This record gives sequence, structure tokens and C-alpha cells, in this order.
Amino acid sequence: MAMHSAIKGKLIAVIGDEDSCVGFLLGGIGEVNKARQTNFMVVTKNTTVHEIEEQFKSFVHRDDIAIILINQNVAEMIRYVLDNYNQPIPAVLEIPSKDCPYDSSKDSILRRAKGSMFTAEDLRTEA
Amino acid sequence: MSEKERIQVFPSRMAQTIMKARLKGAEKGHSLLKKKADALTLRFRAILKKIIETKVLMGEVMKEAAFSAAQAKFVIGDFNHVVLQNVTKAQTKVRSRKDNVAGVLLPVFEHYVDGSDSYELAGLARGGQQVSKIKKNYAKAVELLVELASLQTSFVTLDEVIKITNRRVNAIEYVIIPRITRTLAYIITELDEREREEFYRLKKIQGKKKVIRADAEKVRIALKEKGVDVDNPANILEATNQDQDLLF
Repeated sequence: MAMHSAIKGKLIAVIGDEDSCVGFLLGGIGEVNKARQTNFMVVTKNTTVHEIEEQFKSFVHRDDIAIILINQNVAEMIRYVLDNYNQPIPAVLEIPSKDCPYDSSKDSILRRAKGSMFTAEDLRTEA
Repeated sequence: MSEKERIQVFPSRMAQTIMKARLKGAEKGHSLLKKKADALTLRFRAILKKIIETKVLMGEVMKEAAFSAAQAKFVIGDFNHVVLQNVTKAQTKVRSRKDNVAGVLLPVFEHYVDGSDSYELAGLARGGQQVSKIKKNYAKAVELLVELASLQTSFVTLDEVIKITNRRVNAIEYVIIPRITRTLAYIITELDEREREEFYRLKKIQGKKKVIRADAEKVRIALKEKGVDVDNPANILEATNQDQDLLF
């Protein structure tokens, strides 16, 4: 199974606003499988938090997805799910969206790094 | 209480030797684990630094990509639905392989492109340049994000492993080694105790023997006073005329 999926290659999933999704789809990551499931989710202002959470969980459980990209403002909505998520694969990455600049202090991973070791700001001044 | 703080052994020399060997083993294991933890932490910090650099870079790349999308929208008009509806097969995928750091397997993602571009004809009518620009920018973003994902995965895995290793180091340092040391101390006190007992017993026997000897001396002196020749006992082998010859 592992061998098989390694040969096949895994997908990158996107949860985000329409423009982010369209951008990444043009980048060539979109796929619809035989069950007509897409590997992206467009979040509009009418999407409920529950829907996002369900979709995130279903992406996590699909074994053909290696990376989940999620807009930071959407990630904010399901922060409690992301904070409890600690598996290495699929990797969850927070990306900036069109109308929200990236804020590293909100990122789950960087916050965890902050808790255990030094702050992101420390490193930035160092570099 | 004390049963919990030391290992249950019979206090003997053999047990002491075994405990000494175990202590040595525990110390060796402790130093090895500590080295492992140090190596992992070194890697961990390097990865963390890289993650932060890449995240900052990602901000720039995403901004550029979003800007090119806005440009395309300006030229073509709204093309989102066309794109969202025409999804078929992924062109860019990731494959993962394992990287080994101090016995820890870290997954590393690599992206690769296969299959044809499903949006080959997008922007054919107008704005083709803008569409290809979006494609290029987002492909670049994907490349960067895949790199970031592998860094982040390594980060999470390493974080977990470092925690486990540190827990082991601390367990050896604060539980196992003290317990063995206490066991050793216990064995030594017990052995000392036994040695003192033995010494006391010898002294006691010596005392008893002295008393017995003194008593015997007294009896001898008493006999001497009675006129019995105690100093020169008769030699039974020497022929004397006390015995009658036996005749058959």
C-alpha cells in the first residue's frame, strides 16, 4: 500500500477562498477522483465552520493527500481543530489569503515552536 | 517505601557485581541518549530557522501570485467558474521519501509534474499571457509550499522524537540511576552489617573458649594440690609393671 501510493504520488489539498483555490488549480494541483471528490474546498462567506471542519477531517483521513494548504483566515475559524492536530502526514500549511496578510504569530506550528523554544521574532532578528 | 526506591535483590557480592554492571550500563545509555538528543536538537533548530525563513519568503511569493491573479481577472473578467469546473487530474503531485537523522525517519516531500496541463486552452481567447503568468507564479508557490511542508513535517516529527528522547534521558538520570545507586548502597550496608556480626560472633566464641580454658586450669590446679601428678602424665606406651601380662 505504502509502496503503491509512493509510486502514484500524493496530492496537495486546498481549503481557501475562491481566488486562492483558482490560483492553485491553475498551478496544476486540482484533481477529482472517481467518487467525484475534489481535493479543494472553496470557502465563501456562507460556508459554516462545521462544513470547514468536516472537510478538513475528510482531507486528513484520505490517504492520497500529503499536504493540506489552508488560508490563514479559514484556519483561524477552525483553530481548535488545528491546535489538536499533531500528525506529521498530511502536513497542514497555513498560507496567506488575498485579503489577509500572513501573520506568523497565529500559525499553529510556529506557536508550538514558541512554546517549546525561542520565538519567531528572535530568529528573524538573528537572520 | 524503601522497597519502591530500590531493586529487590538479595544482598550478596554477586548481586553487588551485577548492580555495578547495571549502573555502568545505565550511565553509558544516558550519555548516548543525551548525545542523540543533542544531535536532534541541533537539527531541530536548523529546521525551525529554515521554516521561518521560508514562511517569510512564502508571504512574498503568495502576494505576487495573488497580484497576478488580480491582473488576469482585470483582463479576462471572471474566469473562476471555468477553472473550478474543469478540474480533472492533478498535474503537480508530491512523492515522499525518508531521510534518516540519528535513527529518526523524517519524511521529505518532492514535487513532480506529470500528465498534461488541463488548462492548456484557458485564456486562449484573451489574456493568455496573464493566465500563463498566474500558472507560473502559482507553480512557484506550490514548489515553495511543498518544501515548507517537508520542513514542517520534519519539525513535527523531530519535536515528538526529541520529547521522547528527553523523557528517556530524564528517566535514566532521575529514576533508574538513583535506584541502582540506592540498591548498591543497600547491598554495601547489608554486607558491612554481616561482617560486623561475623566479627562479633568470633569475639564471643573467643571469650567462651577463654572461660573454658580457665576452668580447665582451675581443675588442674585443684588436682595438683590433691597430690595428683598432672604435669607428667604416665606414658601408656611405656611398659610399666602396673599391667599384668596376659596369658592365654
